[in-house]
Amino acid sequence: MNIALFLQMAAEACPDRRALTHEGLHYTYAELYTAAERAAYHFATANVKFVALLDVSSPAVPIALMGAAMAGVPYVPLNYRLSEEQIAPLFERISPAYLIAGPRNENFEFDGWVVQDSADFLRNVLEGEATDVSWNEDPTAVAVQLFTSGTTGTPKAAILRHEHLVSYILGSVEFMGAMEDEAALVSVPPYHIAGISAVLSNIYACRQIVQLPNFDPQDWLQLCHDNAVTSAFVVPTMLTRIIEALNDGDSPSISIPSLRAIAYGGGKMPVPVIESALRLFPEVNFTNAYGLTETSSTITLLDPVDHRAAMDYDDAAVHARLGSVGKPLPSVDIEIRDEDGKLLGSWESGEIYVRGPQVSGEYEGRSVLDDDGWFPTRDAGYLDDHGYLFLSGRADDVIVRGGENLSPGEIEDLLHKHPAITDAAAVGMPSEEWGEVVALAVVEAKGQSISEDEIKAHIREHLRSSRVPEVIHFTSELPYNETGKLLRRVVRQWFIIEGD
Amino acid sequence: MLKAGSRLKSAVCDAEIMIIKIGESEDITCGGQPMADAPEKSDGNADQMHGCLIGKRYVNADESIEVLCVKSGDGSLYYEGDELMTKDTKKLPSSD
Repeated sequence: MNIALFLQMAAEACPDRRALTHEGLHYTYAELYTAAERAAYHFATANVKFVALLDVSSPAVPIALMGAAMAGVPYVPLNYRLSEEQIAPLFERISPAYLIAGPRNENFEFDGWVVQDSADFLRNVLEGEATDVSWNEDPTAVAVQLFTSGTTGTPKAAILRHEHLVSYILGSVEFMGAMEDEAALVSVPPYHIAGISAVLSNIYACRQIVQLPNFDPQDWLQLCHDNAVTSAFVVPTMLTRIIEALNDGDSPSISIPSLRAIAYGGGKMPVPVIESALRLFPEVNFTNAYGLTETSSTITLLDPVDHRAAMDYDDAAVHARLGSVGKPLPSVDIEIRDEDGKLLGSWESGEIYVRGPQVSGEYEGRSVLDDDGWFPTRDAGYLDDHGYLFLSGRADDVIVRGGENLSPGEIEDLLHKHPAITDAAAVGMPSEEWGEVVALAVVEAKGQSISEDEIKAHIREHLRSSRVPEVIHFTSELPYNETGKLLRRVVRQWFIIEGD
Repeated sequence: MLKAGSRLKSAVCDAEIMIIKIGESEDITCGGQPMADAPEKSDGNADQMHGCLIGKRYVNADESIEVLCVKSGDGSLYYEGDELMTKDTKKLPSSD
């Protein structure tokens, strides 16, 4: 069981099919496979503990991932946006490594390391003699180590073993399930779990990957058009910007009739955004995917039928599912538990626990799975009567006001539907009287304005009075990281400074 | 010993499989001949040559064995004398 098997099978079944397009150049499955074998030879003979990649998407990404897998060396894609100071402590944790890096200002030189420019690496593996490598066949070997985004502190190194990723792909993707004309546009960065699963899923489905290294809505639309893209994965902020670009009369209009499917995930999608998208792309199948790094990507799906049903039916419960992340994959179990670990019923909000063969729940040698294999996600949520999962934020983000647990998501969802508000974030702010109270950051819609009193009255009218914010801060935009995660600790900081 | 991840080749054709799950018995044949790491080529049993297809998963009736065909071949797969059947997987929309 080795994830490189997926590429080997694709190269066996359709060697000449187009596997990858990057900056106008095309690569077949046979070419990728031979390149991965050459990369494996370089990695195996370098005497390193890790293969690290510090760059945007390029053909080096699937080649290094698969080559490292064959060689039995863990692959570590790093966030190329990190500064030298932020990367140094991560380097210490993966030393010695074979580092493939894009152009950077600093020079890397460490004892025992091999440091190579991405372009040089690609030249080395795309040409030359074929090499014969003996594969690492241990299914418990580490395939990928991903540093979590560290929105809550020091990055944790999540471990994904071959068995987890293989289980995920075999359980969710049909081999060669794609037609020859299918192409998936991949705009998520390589260091994100969605960047890993995009490579594995599309290779196993034998679907061409079109890489967009730096997301920009106009470039995204142009690439879709030029490469007759049929499917794409986006994080919520990307979808928002694509919709803005399409609605912007000043931008050139680009039609993308080839597009048949959009999957989204990686953060909470505001319901009005997905509603606009469904109206804008009536022929496109939308899928919402919820997953975590520690679960080898997707664990629940809201499928295209659920999306259209939610738009077509007047039934409030069916419509509400547009705000849900859907149902678990066949091999995945989900439970909601309270703080004492007690199992909760439908509609009761608590922490989401997940179990299944794709769930690793492991950080640098430390497993957080319980004795029965359940992984505590630290995400809060609830299930409806039909088993649809709804997220209400991170368990750590819950605001505890006078002993009452308030979900930021409940307040934010309400405000997202208000025509004068484009974005909102509710966070806890220390209070002597209540322990914590709600503090709210609001982004007003273009050309609209709304007063503090109007916002408070709106919340009081629709939710309980404990949800009414003590302080409201108006801002031009909220802080998100590049994969669309709201940086709540930055928002919290605004109120601590304002309070002093 | 065979375990999840073990790879076996057919003695009668090009077929290769990877074990996903296996019971105590290691009696796996393709085209009537035992499968192995590097088997010596031999003639197949003409009654057991219905073929196996790359990417398909094969199981027996009680699912005590499950294998993934990683290279197609002309022989068909048997476990403890019973022909393996393809396992239907639920078709899911792509989420990546």
